[in-house]
Amino acid sequence: MYFLNYAFMQRALLAAVLVGITAPAIGIYLVQRRQALMGDGIGHVAMTGVGLGFLLSTSPVWMATAVSVLGAVLMELIRWYGRTRGDIALAMLFYGGMAGGVMLINLAPGGSNANLMSYLFGSLSTVSGSDVTAICVLAAFVLLVTLGLRRQLFAVSQDEEFARVTGLPVRTLNLLTAVTAAVTVTVAMRVVGLLLVSALMVVPVAAAQQLSRSFTVTFVIAVAIGVAVTVSGTITSYYQDVPPGATIVLLTIAAFLALTALATPLARRRARAAAAAQPAGDPAECAIPAARGTGEEVGV
Amino acid sequence: MTNEPVIALRGVTAELGARPVLRGIDLTVGRGEVVALLGANGSGKSTAIRAVIGQVPVSGGTVELFGTPRRSFRDWARVGYVPQRTTAAGGVPATVTEIVSAGRLSRTRFGLFRRSDREAVRRALELVGMADRAKDSVDALSGGQHQRVLIARALVAEPELLIMDEPMAGVDLASQEILARTLEQQVEAGATVLLVLHELGPLEPLIDRAVVLRDGCVLHDGPPPRAVGQHALPGHDHVHPHAPAGAEPIRTGLLS
Repeated sequence: MYFLNYAFMQRALLAAVLVGITAPAIGIYLVQRRQALMGDGIGHVAMTGVGLGFLLSTSPVWMATAVSVLGAVLMELIRWYGRTRGDIALAMLFYGGMAGGVMLINLAPGGSNANLMSYLFGSLSTVSGSDVTAICVLAAFVLLVTLGLRRQLFAVSQDEEFARVTGLPVRTLNLLTAVTAAVTVTVAMRVVGLLLVSALMVVPVAAAQQLSRSFTVTFVIAVAIGVAVTVSGTITSYYQDVPPGATIVLLTIAAFLALTALATPLARRRARAAAAAQPAGDPAECAIPAARGTGEEVGV
Repeated sequence: MTNEPVIALRGVTAELGARPVLRGIDLTVGRGEVVALLGANGSGKSTAIRAVIGQVPVSGGTVELFGTPRRSFRDWARVGYVPQRTTAAGGVPATVTEIVSAGRLSRTRFGLFRRSDREAVRRALELVGMADRAKDSVDALSGGQHQRVLIARALVAEPELLIMDEPMAGVDLASQEILARTLEQQVEAGATVLLVLHELGPLEPLIDRAVVLRDGCVLHDGPPPRAVGQHALPGHDHVHPHAPAGAEPIRTGLLS
């Protein structure tokens, strides 16, 4: 375990653990509301923030946070008002953000695409002390939201219309989800990179679903998988000199495949047990008569 | 204030896109009343109740809930809503308890659950006969069982007003009976109910008044059309032999 003696590895591992927790924690709500690719879109937009950070010689992490939060709010507003043309608007936002990032970083004094690469695909060894501070603060915010408001976020992500009728501030909660996702993207940016962030938000959740029947259990397993892959990926990249982001994402997908292979016989056994437990008197669903008239004669 | 109608729609108009769906609807539901909204597909009945709960923008007229204009109504714990059951489920598995708990949020402060809230969830599940499935994933349920869970989710906040959009659609007979019984208990306890139905079916004895819509207008508002004999059976195909064999010919009085 001597890698722990190096300060850069301590920082890298701390960042990895925080990413492993926060990415699936917000990702589960995105998956639940079927916006699994939202993280990817925010990642694209965040590139403009990184470029701005270089151009203005400020911290790229904080600049990326500001720009991606703005982008996420814009995405949520487009979803709200855009209706049919919403996806085109989103596409323009994503690719505009990406192109803007590449352009700005080239304009920056001393900036090159090499700098950009470390943000696109992650670069643990260059995580600085101030980066770690930023990551800790942002991760605390993400955990506060995803755990503290879990019942509200669950309700809104499960059934938005019903949530509105229970009086929940649905619009605010949607915006908060988008902002939290944006913050998570910038937390994860240094570890797995902007282009691979979304994988850590989505794949651990998909893997956890193979084993669980409840939202809470899915949440816990997804976070456990997240931490396991980020930590083991970071250590692997230390010993083998492979890019950490790619290692982590490939490990996550391997975990998904392994759990799916494991869960298939389990699901089959469960289905058999459920079929055996079904009382004989319970009528099968296919026995429903067609209960709908044509409707025209109703009440006449 | 007890005579105040629970729901009052006056001259409500609404459009979906450019198409007018409601063309000036008047509808009042008094305390303790059970009102069925009937009508063909596209007659505007779902839009009407979605206007009541504020899910459809109203372009004209007024909507009041418990005597308060809908826009300033905040007391949502008094309203239990059962949406039309859709096949779309969340992308993450959830248990029956987790789904029903979401309905209790209107009674909690900051979403913190106390023992009484957990008790309420258990009671709501018992009401619809789903207590034994509390820990199962909703994906594993049949259509009828799923509908029962959605009704438990509406009842868990102990609402005074129940709004249901086609609660009986695609529901097996056993579940229909349980739903009818649950609703009967609620009505006996004083609940007010507004529900969209395709046909009266097993809920018929509960219904005080039927409002029939056609093309976004109220066609009939009064006692429910009583179905008799074969009509009362689910699956009845509404074939009306208008000149039954052996029946007396209609006498108009002109020739007799």
